[in-house]
Amino acid sequence: MFELPSGAEIQGIIASLKASVGFFIPEIYLSVLFMLLILIDLVAKGRKNNLLSITTLLGLAGSIFFIYQQHSMPPGEFFFGMYVLDEFALFFKYFFVLSGILAVIVTMADEQFDREVKSMGEYYALIVAMVIGMIMMASSADLLMIFLSMELVSFTAYILTGYFKRNSRSSEAALKYLVYGAVSSGLMVYGFSLIFGLTAQTNLIKISTELATHGYDPLLMILLTLLILAGFGYKIGAVPFHFWSPDVYEGAPTPITAYLSVASKAAGFALLMRFFYIAVPHGGQPYEDILGIDWRSLLIILSVASMIYGNVVALWQKNVKRLLAYSSIAHAGYLILGIIVMDKFGTQATLIYLLSYFLMNFGAFFVVILIANKTGSENLDDYRGLGKKMPLAGAALTVFLVSLVGLPPTVGFIGKLMIFSALLTKGSLYIWLALIGIMTSVISLYYYMLIPLNMYLRESKQPDDTTFNPGMPAQILMVVLMVLTLYFGLFFTPLSDFAEYSSAMFGIVLQ
Amino acid sequence: MLSLIVFLPIIAGLVILAVPSSQKQIIRIVSLLAALAQGVLAVLIWRGYDPALPGITAGPGGSPLGSFQFVEKVPWISLNLGGFGSLNIEYFLGVDGISITMVILTALVSAIGVLSSWTIQKQVKGYFILYNLLASAMMGCFVALDFFLFYVFWEVMLLPMYFLIGIWGGPNREYAAIKFFLYTLFGSVFMLLVMIGLYFSVIDPVTGNHTFSLVAMASQENYIKDAILGPDNVMWRYIAFIVLFIGFAIKVPMFPFHTWLPDAHVEAPTPISVILAGVLLKLGTYGMIRINFPLFPEVFHASMYVIGIFGAINIIYGAFCALAQQDLKKMVAYSSISHMGYVLLGLAAGNSEGMVGALYQMFNHGTITAMLFLLVGVIYDRAHTRQIDKFGGLASYMPVYAALVTVAWFASLGLPGLSGFISEALVFVGAFSSETTRPIAIVSVLGIVFGAAYLLWSLQRMFLGKRKADAAYDLEIGADGHEHIHFHDWKGKLDLDGRELAMLVPLVLITIFLGIYPMPVLGMLTSSINKLVQVLSPVVMSQM
Repeated sequence: MFELPSGAEIQGIIASLKASVGFFIPEIYLSVLFMLLILIDLVAKGRKNNLLSITTLLGLAGSIFFIYQQHSMPPGEFFFGMYVLDEFALFFKYFFVLSGILAVIVTMADEQFDREVKSMGEYYALIVAMVIGMIMMASSADLLMIFLSMELVSFTAYILTGYFKRNSRSSEAALKYLVYGAVSSGLMVYGFSLIFGLTAQTNLIKISTELATHGYDPLLMILLTLLILAGFGYKIGAVPFHFWSPDVYEGAPTPITAYLSVASKAAGFALLMRFFYIAVPHGGQPYEDILGIDWRSLLIILSVASMIYGNVVALWQKNVKRLLAYSSIAHAGYLILGIIVMDKFGTQATLIYLLSYFLMNFGAFFVVILIANKTGSENLDDYRGLGKKMPLAGAALTVFLVSLVGLPPTVGFIGKLMIFSALLTKGSLYIWLALIGIMTSVISLYYYMLIPLNMYLRESKQPDDTTFNPGMPAQILMVVLMVLTLYFGLFFTPLSDFAEYSSAMFGIVLQ
Repeated sequence: MLSLIVFLPIIAGLVILAVPSSQKQIIRIVSLLAALAQGVLAVLIWRGYDPALPGITAGPGGSPLGSFQFVEKVPWISLNLGGFGSLNIEYFLGVDGISITMVILTALVSAIGVLSSWTIQKQVKGYFILYNLLASAMMGCFVALDFFLFYVFWEVMLLPMYFLIGIWGGPNREYAAIKFFLYTLFGSVFMLLVMIGLYFSVIDPVTGNHTFSLVAMASQENYIKDAILGPDNVMWRYIAFIVLFIGFAIKVPMFPFHTWLPDAHVEAPTPISVILAGVLLKLGTYGMIRINFPLFPEVFHASMYVIGIFGAINIIYGAFCALAQQDLKKMVAYSSISHMGYVLLGLAAGNSEGMVGALYQMFNHGTITAMLFLLVGVIYDRAHTRQIDKFGGLASYMPVYAALVTVAWFASLGLPGLSGFISEALVFVGAFSSETTRPIAIVSVLGIVFGAAYLLWSLQRMFLGKRKADAAYDLEIGADGHEHIHFHDWKGKLDLDGRELAMLVPLVLITIFLGIYPMPVLGMLTSSINKLVQVLSPVVMSQM
């Protein structure tokens, strides 16, 4: 029977909560920022869009300070094992805050918002909420927490996707996103419930110990792994859980597309890595024999399917946002390759790839927005002759696309180099995976080059010689992203060192 | 010194970036100055080069010094990779006998390419920025001794080339540009995997770390026995050799990977054709000599016969295709394929004569083919067509042009006294003296006959006889009572003008000089080639 806790126990719980709060400051700070933004929206009169966006920018930038302070804290679990602070989580905290900042800047540059909506109202508050959600995803150590944070991210994402209320494409995208999201969350929760039924635990480490000490039915294990993968796979946009992504990417406001394709995907990967590295047993450990299954094979299938499907289907796209959506499916495939390796180097490679993807994908979407400001279109045909009209934007977009292909001297090449190196350190075991990765990246060259092809090789239908340059802030951001893409392609030590530092989970480093 | 010669064009490119795009003349002059400075540096490197040092592998004590020259070696990237120690990449440049000739050739062809680009009118600024980027990357490939650095330069070449063909090319340029890009990328991505595999298989004897240094990789004792590309892993070594070879063969281009070349040549503007034929194709065979063969000598030995056969196919197939062409530029493109076949044949011989011949042929093909494409460009500028049967009797109206064409054509078919003869002769001497390639050499001799056929035939159709009825130019009787011709909408001089002579005459002189006295080039090659042959020889391998 359930007994009421004694006074001493309650005291203990409160003391523990108090101690935990100290590790939760960035999240609390961001929550305050979230409420502040809502307040400003309610209180301020007149044209408040700039006020909101500047507050969000400064607020998000301020959170970096609090995150930085956490470096000195010892890694560990708190809030009764619900939440965790470790180097791995810190990496993603920076990652999400930075992508939040970029999303805000990109939004400010996007003129479509001026046409479609009167007030930005809760838009920026929702971006902050999504940052909080994603940070919590990367820091969850408990099935409940995983589910809650994922739903927080999903719900804000649904709203943001449908933010252009009067635009039917945007609303359609939001609805599709919601339906697919609901189904995959449902499947995932079912998987969680099976785990709980088996182990009576929700904490990832405890689950791992339970699974290690008892043998389990392999069929059940593979079933629940599949169910949980449906949830994570939906977040990372891997085949076969990708159906939402082309429509959502095309329909959503472009800054949200960029944000979803980078940050939300990264959050999915953070969870995927944490869950599969910690909770369920994996190769290199003795449990594999007990269980008789290797969930890595599932990931291999996911990865190969994503690389092939994403890259091949992208060949026929006529809309640049849709093209980038399929490319992001393909990139999910490359990222999973790093997880399959299951060692420190693999983790490091995945993190490096995420960083490179952050730079080049945000860059590409940013230029797409700037071009859409000018032409009002994201169709490939309308890119004709843009290289002459927008020289800087054209050059920048070419750099980002070359980086997405993975050619040196860009950061995208470094990502691929690391992933393939990690695969090859396992000897000849995964060479065939590396081969598929390499072959599909050759295919990707074709469709990525379609954009420079239209920009430079073809003349526009209405020839006019006026050059058009976006405003100075947009130009500066574009140049910064372009220079970083090239710089880290040649001198990638800082990226790699940061990723190496961040590859520790729960203070444990995979070997 | 080497850094300077590599990065001079990029610096010029940055300068051009700052010049407003309306100042076309300044842009051209900046590029020309950079190219000339590159040429001066190349001469300085040539004068300072000591032909006695062999190169190929490390000198005494595992250091590249004492074997390579003009060495620059600084740590570039050093990463911690957890359980796998560290990833060390070096900025490592140097030349030996194999690369120095290519450095000189690249500087020469780049400069001539700039002169030839003078007539480009469309988007001059963008053109020269890309051109300079390409020139830097090519030079970088030839002097890089770190595989990673080599790979970076190798890939950096692709994008400028894509745009140079794609924007400034002919009517079918989109197709040609993307075909070029896809083919070469397909070859090079496998190189990436082999490169990573080699990294984890090779230990630098000096530092004890894994290394990308091609110098360390060229010594078989530096390989870890059971690593993925170590001596024990015979199957993977064979696979690595084959994919690497295909990667380079696409660039050569070797049959059956050659189909991108005629398309690219036909669509590319003249200067880019010159660069493509003069330098880029050499990168394929250079890569084989520098990377493919010395790193996998035992596989090379096993596959000499096959390489020789592909060489022979290139020679004969290229010549047959050239014979069938109506388009002059396409004919020259196929003749390139045919002539690169001699290089492959010489390499397949595996002995000093054959290898020296192959390298000398690379140099000569660079100069001769550059000349051929320039000459094709000259007539195309005037007539706006390259159909061979649209001409006739040109010799009497454009005597200087006809004379230079004759020299170039004869050099290409290997007339004694011109440089092409010596290299082809050396290739055949090498191929005949090797047991493996002797039968192949006998068949390949046919290539010379067909080569003579298509060259002489085109010469006859275009320059001898009378003007054809449907020719690309009109006849008229001048005031002096002589017959003249004029091309539609061509305002310039009928025969070669000063700029065209400035491009062609140096090449003609080089061709004649090296045909009479080849020692300046051969002297630089021999010690490196002897070393290479020794590295590749089975005796050395059995001592492993």
